[in-house]
Amino acid sequence: MATTLTINGTSHDVDLPGEVPLLWVLRDGLNMTGTKFGCGVAACGACTVHIDGEAVRSCQVALEDVWGEVTTIEGLGTPERLGRLQAAWIEHQVAQCGYCQSGQIMQAAALLAETPQPTDAEIDEAMQGNLCRCGTYPRIRAAIRAAAGMSQEG
Amino acid sequence: MASIGKIARRTFLFGTAAIAGGAAFGAWYVSRPAPMPLTSAPGRTALNPWIIIDETGVTVVAARAEMGQGVYSTLAAMAAEELDVAWDQVRVIHGPPAQAYFNGAMGGAAIPTPEYQQSAFQHRIGDWLEVIPKVFSMQITGGSTSTRDGFDKLRLAGATAREAMKEVAADRLGLRRSQLRTEGGQVIAPDGTTLAYAELAEAAAGVELGEVPLRPRSEWTLLGKTLPRLDMPAKCTGTATFGIDVRPEGLRFAALRRNPNLGAGMRGFDASAAKGMAGVEHVVELPDGVAVVATNTWLAQQAVNAIEVDWEPAPYPETTEAIFEAIEAAFDTDPNSTMRDDGDVTALPAGAQVIEASYRTPYLAHATMEPMNATVLFTGDALEIWAGNQGPVIARDRAAEAVGLDPEAVTFHTTLMGGGFGRRGEFDYVLQATHVAKAVPNVPIQLSWSREEDMSHDFYRPAALTRWRGAVADGGAVMLDGQIAGQSCSQQAITRWMGFAPGGPDKTHVEGASDQPYGVPAYRVRGHIADLAVPIGFWRSVGASGNAFGLECFMDEMAHAAGTDPIDFRLALMRGEHAPSAAVVEAVRDMSGWTGRTPDGVGRGMAFSMSFGTPVAEVIEVVQEDAGIRIARAWIAADVGVALDPGNLEAQLVGGMIYGLSAAVQGQITFAGGAVEQQQFYDYDGLRMHNTPAFEVQVLENLGHISGVGEPGTPPAAPALANALFDLTGRRARSLPLNTEFDLLV
Ligand code: FES
Ligand code: FES
Repeated sequence: MATTLTINGTSHDVDLPGEVPLLWVLRDGLNMTGTKFGCGVAACGACTVHIDGEAVRSCQVALEDVWGEVTTIEGLGTPERLGRLQAAWIEHQVAQCGYCQSGQIMQAAALLAETPQPTDAEIDEAMQGNLCRCGTYPRIRAAIRAAAGMSQEG
Repeated sequence: MASIGKIARRTFLFGTAAIAGGAAFGAWYVSRPAPMPLTSAPGRTALNPWIIIDETGVTVVAARAEMGQGVYSTLAAMAAEELDVAWDQVRVIHGPPAQAYFNGAMGGAAIPTPEYQQSAFQHRIGDWLEVIPKVFSMQITGGSTSTRDGFDKLRLAGATAREAMKEVAADRLGLRRSQLRTEGGQVIAPDGTTLAYAELAEAAAGVELGEVPLRPRSEWTLLGKTLPRLDMPAKCTGTATFGIDVRPEGLRFAALRRNPNLGAGMRGFDASAAKGMAGVEHVVELPDGVAVVATNTWLAQQAVNAIEVDWEPAPYPETTEAIFEAIEAAFDTDPNSTMRDDGDVTALPAGAQVIEASYRTPYLAHATMEPMNATVLFTGDALEIWAGNQGPVIARDRAAEAVGLDPEAVTFHTTLMGGGFGRRGEFDYVLQATHVAKAVPNVPIQLSWSREEDMSHDFYRPAALTRWRGAVADGGAVMLDGQIAGQSCSQQAITRWMGFAPGGPDKTHVEGASDQPYGVPAYRVRGHIADLAVPIGFWRSVGASGNAFGLECFMDEMAHAAGTDPIDFRLALMRGEHAPSAAVVEAVRDMSGWTGRTPDGVGRGMAFSMSFGTPVAEVIEVVQEDAGIRIARAWIAADVGVALDPGNLEAQLVGGMIYGLSAAVQGQITFAGGAVEQQQFYDYDGLRMHNTPAFEVQVLENLGHISGVGEPGTPPAAPALANALFDLTGRRARSLPLNTEFDLLV
């Protein structure tokens, strides 16, 4: 039952039942653990990845339904070659425990791809599905604004 | 002020342990140095339990759990400050479970007197109590103690390592140690000759030194500045390894279901449907549940949910209301504690106005972002464990015991953790994974809980009822008398950890109410313990998390009755009692531009709480909008004595306040039929981007000693919000969460 997925530009054969959510294909099938499990029911955003550039909750997409190329946090950049948002996140020292941050960054990346200079209301709208129990929201907002090349004021 | 005589007559939690267990053997046991927990290898030298030096730089062992609070970086900076290494040469690891890493500040925190009143006599008791954590190997992260405990230890570790390497260098160069200086991981001679630490470390490990003085603050180059966190790049690139991310070769994945009636057992189960499901390899019976081992966590979850189980009933009343009736009944029992008893609460001055109010706070879940999990490999004669945890010694010992091995047969890796908030001080999830691994030997097993299991099988912040009576005269408070009824966290948690129930008054049960720096002439607080079997534990800021709600809302009610501005009302009680506390209240007043007046549609509230020695004052502004009441702005002022990393302090205070507001707005754990009703983030949610206020933070340094900040931002959040809602609506909130009575934006 091998299914072929393209993840971060690389092709992977996956031998798991078609109903297994993409989240668990990534984490347990391919050992790509940057994408996190928080709830399994689309309530926290920790598992956010992109499919063809669109932010999706990977806990809700079955392997057999993956419709395009998958990008995960590992595909956005590495510690040696940081993506633009990752650099902004580090600049603003956003993470506390860090567990939600893969999902936050993937969600923010999709936002900026669609809305390069988001208003605060647009940031609220795009990011409110992503829970952070450590309460890093003010710094997430600041990092998004910085990555968008916007001032911190308004 | 509580008198010394009164204190001596009181017994207290750890105090009883000290007298029963510590007095006889404590003295010698404590003076004996703990065994060295690290081993050296060629090219890699452990200079002391905290510092390892090799070719590539310095590794600091941070023996406290990094669960988001930044302790990894702050502890490393303490050592690096004295060691003279560049920040980018520093790495940090959690280190093994070991007696050397006991948390001395935990014992000091057990003194029954309010921290701000501690006399020299009590500081000596505090020193004595430091022995308890050492004797019991309390390698625990909690009580906001990590920086307090580490501040001297890590700097001394750095300083002695530096001087030892200078000593070796001096010997090699034929110079005196005092002629040498250190910089960037090198010893430098007056003529410019350099010797890298890596060349000196091995010989330095054998050097005995006398006392090495610590550098004065004026010479600090790392401490006192905002440093980039060492764990930040990994956490922003998906490369940080949390417990749930470890992937040893051959790993299998397990899911479990436990009795929803907490603490009760299992009569039997039928796993026939589960056994044939995709990916399933084993079904394992646990003492109070059942686990499935599969090739994938999700497949294991599907299979475990297909098992039919016959559960035993709950060992506590089955509904929230019945539980609260049992809590209410505790008011009729003798108090467990009278931690504050100043003046005479029954004698009131003529003309004093008496007011009364009762408050109710719910059970709360920790809801860490990363659900509970542990990975265990059992090979018959050894155990290897990977787990995020706040107490590795206890977790290791209990896991060893469960499979009949000695603790020495356990290799324990403490991973990064996706939140702790007190939850990871428990070891239940480590034990369960160990049981599963024992049933499937020679295969590493990762047991992760589903969110539903995590939400419904916590050790909850205990619910409580509080009755306050107070009296005001001439615009100020003259009497304050509180009674708190609820379960005792300390009795239950310490029984789990240590195997015995501590006797005596429970300080944590009333902290946040009995220990506040209010110089009310008559001030009494009694604690009544409700004997219930609902599993409870330490939740960020512990007793103060709930007790500050009642006290600080009541302060507001008294101020209102007295016709005094609530900030002036508090300042009048604080100024003569504890100046640093008064200063944080003044700071938050000035920052927020507090006038005591707000326009229509806007409300402001203030609250104060001193927890774990750190006074914190918070102001909240709420605004009525079409969609509901928005928490628009928040101001925080805190005194930490010595501000080591301003950026991290700000993050912790804001995060702590958001954690408190999340609970205040909509956090509650309720019971029906013996089971917890909340299962997920949709019915136990927190603040999110759109309803988080804008923050301003100010950190003061008047305390005179260093103090922690991981928890103290939490307690004032709920009462500050409730007081702001009163200002906006004229309605008093006396029960949490607040969205049951107010139309808050969620
Ligand atoms: S794990 Fe997918 S949204 Fe929470
Ligand atoms: S940083 Fe901990 S949950 Fe977001």
